[in-house]
Amino acid sequence: MDALIAPLLNGSAQGALLLLAALGLSLTFGQMGVINMAHGEFLMLGAFAAYLVQQVVTATDLSIPVALPVAFVVAGLFGLLLEITVIQWMYRRPLDTLLVTVGVSLVLQQAALQIFPSQGVPVEKPGWLDGQLTVLGYGWPLRQLFTILLATVCVAALSAWLRYTSFGRRIRATVHNRDLAETSGISTRTVDRLTFFTGSGLAGVAGVAASLIGGTNSQMGAQYIIPAFLVVAAGGIGQLKGTIIAAWAVGVALSFFAYWTTGSLAQVLAFILVIVFLQLRPQGLFTVRTRSLA
Amino acid sequence: MSTSSKRPRTLVAVGATLALALSGCGARAGDEAVAGGTSAAPSCVDTSGASVKLGFLNSLTGGMAISEKTVSNVLHMAADEINAGGGILGKKIEYVQEDGATDWPTFAEKTEKLLTQDCVAAIFGGWTSSSRKAVKPVVEKNNGLFFYPVQYEGLESSPNIYYTGATTNQQIIPAMDYLASQGVKKLFLAGSDYVFPRTANAIIKLYAAELGIEIVGEEYVPLDKDDWTSQVAKIVAAKPDFVFNTINGSSNVGFVKAYYDAGLKAETTPIISVSIAEEEAPAMGHEVTGQYASWNYFQSLKTDTNPKFIESWKAYPNSSGVTSDPMEAAYISLYLYKALVEAAGSFDVDAVNAAAKAKPITFDAPEGTVTLDGENHHISKPGHIGKINSSNQFDIVWSSDKFIEPDPYLEGYDWFPADIRKQLTDAAG
Repeated sequence: MDALIAPLLNGSAQGALLLLAALGLSLTFGQMGVINMAHGEFLMLGAFAAYLVQQVVTATDLSIPVALPVAFVVAGLFGLLLEITVIQWMYRRPLDTLLVTVGVSLVLQQAALQIFPSQGVPVEKPGWLDGQLTVLGYGWPLRQLFTILLATVCVAALSAWLRYTSFGRRIRATVHNRDLAETSGISTRTVDRLTFFTGSGLAGVAGVAASLIGGTNSQMGAQYIIPAFLVVAAGGIGQLKGTIIAAWAVGVALSFFAYWTTGSLAQVLAFILVIVFLQLRPQGLFTVRTRSLA
Repeated sequence: MSTSSKRPRTLVAVGATLALALSGCGARAGDEAVAGGTSAAPSCVDTSGASVKLGFLNSLTGGMAISEKTVSNVLHMAADEINAGGGILGKKIEYVQEDGATDWPTFAEKTEKLLTQDCVAAIFGGWTSSSRKAVKPVVEKNNGLFFYPVQYEGLESSPNIYYTGATTNQQIIPAMDYLASQGVKKLFLAGSDYVFPRTANAIIKLYAAELGIEIVGEEYVPLDKDDWTSQVAKIVAAKPDFVFNTINGSSNVGFVKAYYDAGLKAETTPIISVSIAEEEAPAMGHEVTGQYASWNYFQSLKTDTNPKFIESWKAYPNSSGVTSDPMEAAYISLYLYKALVEAAGSFDVDAVNAAAKAKPITFDAPEGTVTLDGENHHISKPGHIGKINSSNQFDIVWSSDKFIEPDPYLEGYDWFPADIRKQLTDAAG
């Protein structure tokens, strides 16, 4: 039993972190068509924000809950800045956004290297995340449960926002048909900015979760960007439920492969699986139904 | 029937292609980068003036900048010190700093540039074995000199390279001796997936068999991945007495966190590391306290020369405030070069190599007086095991009874068979 439970639970947590990293991308890439290669660095900004919050709020039990909204706003504002200064001139030119944002990501990495100690900074885990939950004989680290809860809350909040608010309706209208949305009086500029702010902010939240799992340093964003893009692509562009299923599936696959083989081979096998899947179904798990002729 | 829009389809294709392209562009460990040019030009090094040009080659950008920036800074400090003391053979050091950019072909190109355009007398730097292996053919072709400051997997020697970090018999073997002295019976191996951990673990397994230590597991994770959760679950199940950690870089933070999260404690299942030093420990938080590391130098080491080194470094601009083994080895490398040139009475590469063989060259390093082996170009070093305390310094718990002579090919160890030596040497390329 243990041979199934451990990889299943670990994989679900890995998938949850992947989902947190991919959630913002599924908004900016999926809904807006912007390939933001600096998304990983927004994640890094969130992690550094968590560190800075810990310097002010020294009680570690409190600092992480405080850091979550702070990281959201910090990364979101950086995203907004990027949208206003660079991205807004490049809509409908995905390859150009790719090149420009790769440049931005390098600038942000180097800036972090200059500002913070080069080896990175410690983000301390709150005391209430110490310990394990025994599930069928396996001591499941509480920190993993936290990652899953955080991802669940983010997904619920995001889908409620998209579904039930007038702003969410405007975003969905813009995704389905930008020209028609504009004709109906929706300010697609405002929609784009707020979408980009939210997508980047979610990267910041993912950064706080990542800072509890790995190192907080200038290079941390790089390891999440590729898997996150693959998850969004496999899930189907512009589809939240696709991203959720794909992230969970990749996380669990990674974990089972790691359990049966080695950590390195697991990375290869899991992503071969994604690529084969995309070969068979290039549009991803789910597609947006649209009458657009574009 | 509704149709899916074209735009998202194109995007999927772009995204997936991009992901593939980028994932293929990571570190190509073991790449033999060969720089342009075919024949060795006669040396263009000019030392007739009042100064001598030296090249510093460190990754100041990219992933390895995390570690190599400090090495670059300490080389600058050593150069300033030597200049303040009158230079080398009365000539001031004039250094050319180049950025290897965490890219191994770039290391090869910059080496070529430093040797043939800047005409430097020697080059100092590198960190990863991949960067050293990229530099090696270029310094050999141009008959240049390269000083490499980091502990590594051994099984290498070159007339054009001097190694001031530990080889395996000065770091891995002392660590195993320590484990044996502690009565360890079951050992788990965890490493990053590249040449150093793979070679180190091959050696560890052979020596463990000799010492009667059982290897209860062996796990690798790519260098750029921080998540160790799945592998740590295997450690929990295997119940080892000790974990031998050959993970490098930021992945160590993820390992230590996952370890702690799974309820493994330093008191019951300690870790011994070969790449966590004073520089790395602070980024890991309290989770790393109580764990062990094997090095040749610790900031806490009590020698006559160490206090001055620490003080100079703390006062140096851009200093990180703590000293560590790779920094100290880089500091040694410049002074060792000075001693070699002064023994040779010349900056000429062949004269320097001849001087290395003629009589033992020594330097009063912060770790103690090190002696150069003129044949294999490595230096003698003391072995120390330290335990990380709550201020991220190391309490020394074990030391070798004397300085350990370098033996990069492990020829003095009869448990290391010749066929495996050949196989590993070939594999390391």
